[in-house]
Amino acid sequence: MTEAKVNNAPMVEFIVDGKKCSAPRESSLLDFLLANGYDIPYLCHNPAVKPYGACRLCLVEVKNGRKTKLTTSCNYPILEGIEVFTNTEKVRRNRKMVMELLLARAPESKELRQMAKDRFGIDADKLPFEKNNGNKCILCGLCVRVCRELVGIEALSFAGRGEHKEAISPFHDVASTCIGCGACAVACPTNCIGLDQVITKRSLARWNRELPMKTCKRCGYAYAPMFQLEHFQNISSVPADFFDLCPDCRK
Amino acid sequence: MERIKSIKQLQDLEATLAAARKSDRPVVTVCGGIGCTANGCQKLVAEFKKLISEKNLGDKVELLVTGCLGFCEMGPVVVVYPQKTFYKKVQVADAADILDSAISGKAVERLLYTDAEGKKIEKEDDIPFYKNQKRELTGILGVIDPESIESYLAAGGYQALAKVLSGMKPEDVINDIIKSGLRGRGGGGFPTGKKWESCRKAADKLGASKRYVICNADEGDPGAFMDEAVLQGNPHTVIEGMLIGAFAIGSDEGIVYVRNEYPLAIKSLSAALAQAREAGLLGKNILGTDFSFDIRINRGGGAFVCGESSALIASIEGFVGEPRAKHIHMAESGLNDKPTVLNNVETWANVPLIIKNGVAAFTAIGTGDVTENPWNGSKGTKIFSLAGKVNNTGLVEVPMGATLRDIIFGVGGGIKNGKKFKAVQTGGPSGGCIPEKYLDMPVDFDELSKVGSMMGSGGMVVLDEDSCMVDFAKYFVEFLCEESCGKCTTCREGLARLKEILTRITEGKGRADDLELIEAVCETLSQGSLCALGGSAANPVLSTLRHFREEYEAHIFQKKCPGKVCKKLIKFSINDNCTGCTVCAKNCPQNCISGARKEKHVIDSAKCIKCGVCKEVCKFGAVTVE
Repeated sequence: MTEAKVNNAPMVEFIVDGKKCSAPRESSLLDFLLANGYDIPYLCHNPAVKPYGACRLCLVEVKNGRKTKLTTSCNYPILEGIEVFTNTEKVRRNRKMVMELLLARAPESKELRQMAKDRFGIDADKLPFEKNNGNKCILCGLCVRVCRELVGIEALSFAGRGEHKEAISPFHDVASTCIGCGACAVACPTNCIGLDQVITKRSLARWNRELPMKTCKRCGYAYAPMFQLEHFQNISSVPADFFDLCPDCRK
Repeated sequence: MERIKSIKQLQDLEATLAAARKSDRPVVTVCGGIGCTANGCQKLVAEFKKLISEKNLGDKVELLVTGCLGFCEMGPVVVVYPQKTFYKKVQVADAADILDSAISGKAVERLLYTDAEGKKIEKEDDIPFYKNQKRELTGILGVIDPESIESYLAAGGYQALAKVLSGMKPEDVINDIIKSGLRGRGGGGFPTGKKWESCRKAADKLGASKRYVICNADEGDPGAFMDEAVLQGNPHTVIEGMLIGAFAIGSDEGIVYVRNEYPLAIKSLSAALAQAREAGLLGKNILGTDFSFDIRINRGGGAFVCGESSALIASIEGFVGEPRAKHIHMAESGLNDKPTVLNNVETWANVPLIIKNGVAAFTAIGTGDVTENPWNGSKGTKIFSLAGKVNNTGLVEVPMGATLRDIIFGVGGGIKNGKKFKAVQTGGPSGGCIPEKYLDMPVDFDELSKVGSMMGSGGMVVLDEDSCMVDFAKYFVEFLCEESCGKCTTCREGLARLKEILTRITEGKGRADDLELIEAVCETLSQGSLCALGGSAANPVLSTLRHFREEYEAHIFQKKCPGKVCKKLIKFSINDNCTGCTVCAKNCPQNCISGARKEKHVIDSAKCIKCGVCKEVCKFGAVTVE
């Protein structure tokens, strides 16, 4: 089962906050809202991967037929005649609660605290809940999803259920198939992967992975992880010595 | 058995097999359901077999191990035909007497059921537990052999399939199911026929040749086992239902998703599938027609959330059992992105019944008028797993619209130990609690949701006056917290925070604004979650808060637990009734009761762990809880 597929979909008309709009049928409501200047908070969405609907911050109200429902906009497919409300009291109240729940989970995340303060006026130190100290991960799943959907490696996965769910390397061991591309770290909204590089070695602390870097034959710059280049070599048809030089020296 | 080659041959089989199987011998049926199995019925069966062979009684009496007979409280249960004499709590040592009496026709008095007035009742049908039920689906469990396709055929099995294949069009079948008003027994209550119709239409429109029918036998509610009972006791009826559904939507592949903790059901279903294939009722060109269909079993790992349709599909596809948003219906894009119809075991089991006995027979039972619209009522029967503080626990089947009082007091025989009824939880762990004032409410899909509960899994847990509703809500929140898949924030974190708040309330640390906070978290949890698990997870909390708010307030403001359950809020002491018999002191695991013989005893509160043993063993009512 996939989310809405938008290939040459017909344009449909719908209403956002009283304003008539049009977009391809079944395209992501959040993408549309963001592209049209609506200020919608989100953490687990990234246009490079399929909508997932985990963080629940992008809640809006949608009226479809007779029913008006609270729903996340990232995985809501735009349909003919729907009416969207992006900023009702109910929407604001529930988004704020979601933010508080996220903060209680990951109070150590600077990014989260900043967002809570700027967008919701929430002081992370004055939550009505106990805090789950020592945690930065909000389980948005972007690391797992970019690795699977974008990089095509699937070095990571989720384990456990409920509160005990984690995004981990297999068995908390070394993520032995990780190519060190760092896409997970770039996608992570709370900066909890721990990507680091010391000259010829790159490390991803969260996945217990350390990888040697390839040095450019000409300038000596350690420009990319060896495994990543091997992976590129395997999936492309570039010459065997293509990656001997760094992109700059290749020019 | 031999392959059945034509519809005509199948139609003739019912009479021939029934005649061939008819015998003058009395039949001793032993319930082989999970309740009786847990109570040791396998040993009983072995004993019966041994005695029959030792005494050479093979031509005088027949032994039949059936599916669940429902009256688990009285297990192991034995029923002797043709008199239909019901024996309760039968032990291995009773087997010889039952065999003798089966042959002589005179009942074994000591094993008969005794009613509330102390009167012995001989026949199954006269026992209130059975008399007050309507056993359309479960009645047959007591008379057929789950392991024999012939047994099912002789009881009229597969005749609905014969009817469908002898001239009905798929649209006719769909129309009949719509007209019957059958709604999804998995709890959602979506009209089954409408689901089939939208799947067939969507698939035809998309030009999709591959379509799936799936049977949801995940039954994640720890307290419900009607799906297990049907699947184990009458697997062929589920197969027949799926065959008819597959014919209606044009599918050639079916899957039964059954939890691995149901080994008896899996064994029974596997055998049934093999028999059906051998008989030509599954496979290519069924009964010589163009219709081909087969079913495979997919065993689930036992996650509660995998009963949710999209998580179930993800699990079959080999992914983590996480739900996905269902804005695009499964009828259009389900398993492997193909049009899919997914129904629950009990729903599938109703299908042959409707086709065979006709729409009118089905709509005669239940509530509302579904002639125009299947949403306008709840038709047929519903099986419930009755548990908790009720006298007759077990599997009960009643017409839709029966009142809670009919079920709990009529069938269930009222509350255990003469206690007072307090509430009933319907619909499994995420169902709501219904208080006494709604006891006369008819039970159907729509009425239950009006009072903040749901049909859900069909679990029914009865609570008596000694229950604490806050503790109860906390218990289920803890369960759901463990079973949430953890994907979306509102469900994962919302439940964890609810657990935290409820825990502090039960420990006497509740805050003045906790009830408002609970309501706020519940709104986001129930309306902002991705799937139905999160959507319904607030029910146990919201319904108890709605109907028993004063109990929450007593915990928070008076630091008292009215149900006298929450250990941090109660205190055990000994009153003047104490005769100094020393029994409590001897049984106290903490050795914290002191006092001389024939003198009043004292409990040392500092050491007391509030286990309640003293209260249980005291014969003089001298232990009080405050």
